[in-house]
Amino acid sequence: MSAAPAVLSVDGLRVAFDTPHGVVEAVRGVRFDVGRERVGIVGESGSGKSMTGRAILRLAPRTARVEAKRLQFAGEDLAAASDRRMRAIRGRRISMILQDPRVALNPVMRVGEQVAEAYATVRKASRAEARERALDMLAQVRIRDPRRVYDLHPHQVSGGMGQRIMIAMMLVPEPELLIADEPTSALDVTVRMQVLAILDDLVNRRGLALVFISHDLNLVATFCDRVLVMYAGRIVEECRAAELARASHPYTRGLLESLPRLDAPRERLAVLQRDPAWLA
Amino acid sequence: MSAAWLTAEVAESALQATAQRLWFGWLRFLRNPLAVAGLAVVAALLLVAIFAPWLATQDPYAQDLAQRLQAPGAHHWFGTDQVGRDLYSRIVYGSRPTLAIVSLVVLIVGPIGLVVGAVAGYAGGKVDAVLMRITDIFLAFPGLVLALAFVAALGPGLVNAVIAISLTHWPGFARLARAETLIVRSSDYIAASRIQGASALRILFRHVVPMCLPTLIVRMTLSMAGVILTAAGLGFLGLGAQPPSPEWGAMLASGRRFLIDYWWMSTFPGLAIMVVSLAFNLLGDGLRDVLDPRSE
Amino acid sequence: MNALLAIEHLSVDFGERRGTVRAVDDVSLAVGPGESYGLVGESGCGKSTVLRAICGLNRDWQGAIRLAGDALGPRRSPAMHRRIQMVFQDPYGSLHPRHTVDSILREPIAVHGLGDTNGRIRGVLDQVGLGPAFRFRFPHQLSGGQRQRVAIARALLLEPQLLLLDEPTSALDVSIQSEVLNLLADLRRERNLTYLFVSHDLAVIAHMCDRVGVMRAGRLIEETTAARLREGRADQAYTRRFVEASGGYDRALARAFADLEEAQA
Repeated sequence: MSAAPAVLSVDGLRVAFDTPHGVVEAVRGVRFDVGRERVGIVGESGSGKSMTGRAILRLAPRTARVEAKRLQFAGEDLAAASDRRMRAIRGRRISMILQDPRVALNPVMRVGEQVAEAYATVRKASRAEARERALDMLAQVRIRDPRRVYDLHPHQVSGGMGQRIMIAMMLVPEPELLIADEPTSALDVTVRMQVLAILDDLVNRRGLALVFISHDLNLVATFCDRVLVMYAGRIVEECRAAELARASHPYTRGLLESLPRLDAPRERLAVLQRDPAWLA
Repeated sequence: MSAAWLTAEVAESALQATAQRLWFGWLRFLRNPLAVAGLAVVAALLLVAIFAPWLATQDPYAQDLAQRLQAPGAHHWFGTDQVGRDLYSRIVYGSRPTLAIVSLVVLIVGPIGLVVGAVAGYAGGKVDAVLMRITDIFLAFPGLVLALAFVAALGPGLVNAVIAISLTHWPGFARLARAETLIVRSSDYIAASRIQGASALRILFRHVVPMCLPTLIVRMTLSMAGVILTAAGLGFLGLGAQPPSPEWGAMLASGRRFLIDYWWMSTFPGLAIMVVSLAFNLLGDGLRDVLDPRSE
Repeated sequence: MNALLAIEHLSVDFGERRGTVRAVDDVSLAVGPGESYGLVGESGCGKSTVLRAICGLNRDWQGAIRLAGDALGPRRSPAMHRRIQMVFQDPYGSLHPRHTVDSILREPIAVHGLGDTNGRIRGVLDQVGLGPAFRFRFPHQLSGGQRQRVAIARALLLEPQLLLLDEPTSALDVSIQSEVLNLLADLRRERNLTYLFVSHDLAVIAHMCDRVGVMRAGRLIEETTAARLREGRADQAYTRRFVEASGGYDRALARAFADLEEAQA
């Protein structure tokens, strides 16, 4: 960990829901820092990883109760920020990429215009300037013919291209922190590599802080610098990506051993034995 | 059927599973106060219709010209009409033709619409085209106009009014059933049934129809409000239930002439129609929230 | 080898006239009895369409499909339904939301008049590791893994020879996936079943299957074995790329991919 102050600092984050069956805690006291690095949050469904990402941006459902001992972004207290302040921060200084670009993009608007709008909204630019920046951004995400793609609608682009457009849309305002929630899960394996390469490049070039949320342990371990493993709302493991194979928590070990591996054939896959003690 | 049986973690028979499901659906329904109010009014309507002879204070058909056009008072709670009949008792008995029309229409329209729509949606192709064109023909006419035409052809009366209203309402249900079927048709569970060799008929009735039912039930309750109003409209024009039957629409009509000076003659039947229509609407909304399979 | 399943020059077209898309293009393969054959490829490569043609869900195909020598036509007879069954990808969509597990499992028994309903249902639930407590639950009361077990149970009730598996664990959590894969491996051994296993996940395919067919844009571009894949050996460049991409993110590799994409028209 660098000596520089963390871009994002989270401590004691809790998200709870009131249901007819009682209080359900999706996130139960999560603590981590993110510097100018890539931090991966790995977990299965119900682990609270997505809710953590949303809670940081105050995008949790209205029925959720969010509280945190510390939620600081670049020295600013996010927990105490007004809704107006959060709106100014969202999209401009902290961006979020979601899983399915087809759902996140407006189906009736041209994709180029959506990218331009993302820029114009936060930088108060003219239409011409926004268009130029959008074209430039589309080129940066390696779209070969930006002018042609600018005029397409979301249903006319493939999954991989849609995801690149979403990345363009989220990075055009030049944020400092990027939260990516399963950004490549809906993509084919070969397309995934291309999109990750683009993300890799952009993060390096701009010195972005990246929070990469995924269920794919292998992917996170190979793409990120540090890995946080979440289970039932808590972070159960925190280590450098390169050291994941030597993880200590039984849940992480169980996951690692239950995954089929191309390079390590096994007669029978290990089955994860859940220990109720992990819920404590 | 104890509380334990209904809330048991593990259901041990098909009956218990269904009963539990209905029970929890009922509890969810109870959480919506407006829907419960709607249900209460509809239940009240049913009770009033059943117990009319005991709830009415006088004979609804008894004319007493000496008592005509009396304002609401101690002896005649809602006043009397132009031939001295007690308005309250007529309103109470009027629940019967209202309920009869609503139930008969729904009982005819629901099944026909469901079958036509589901078959059209599932079969597709020419069958779908033919059935939908037939539906379109009926939909092309404004409801009340078509009902009027049928009643004019068949003659006025309660039964004919029911048939007329049914003929105008069924296409809406058919379209709804077809739309639900189209969504359901491409599901994996339908594909699984086909792979197992289930016949089209079996798939239609055991798989497709249960998925159409919730939307259709909700639509039926919401339609009932419209049916009441159409029946009242027919009655108003003298084409529904014939005098001296205490049908609310007919009562509303006959009170028209006296509206300024003797307001009670139209107002009370009007209020009854409004309250019952509203109740069906609220009930329908509440049912939709409970029956929507997507909320499970 | 006497193939249990033989597919010859299978082609499937979607759409009409000018808008026709060839989803499956001249695919031929053979699966021996008791074998587990994997079909791997990216989305849109046609692997699921091949399955749908085999089990009769898709009727517009050309070519020949033979099960133990018997030629299959566009429609399936009841007897053929008993020999080929399928498990779908989405455990949330393959069970009827308003039917209990009992009701779902009753259906194949009733359709084919097999008798001994209670015995069969209890037996098959036992086989997939679900106790009698699950019998009268509705799908929304089950977890993803449990639903998939019910789907497998349903497929097994008719005692098929050939089981088609369309990405059966793709929608499940990683920790559940291993249970279901182990169950499928056990069942194949115990009942001497033949699997045609479709997936986009190379690690899963290599674990579950002996021989593997790689599909791309409707064509079967290569037939290989799990052993060769593990060694990274492949005839086709596409297959090699696929294997490399399945190993997680690698910066140098990603560069190579990017250059490749630039080179393509």
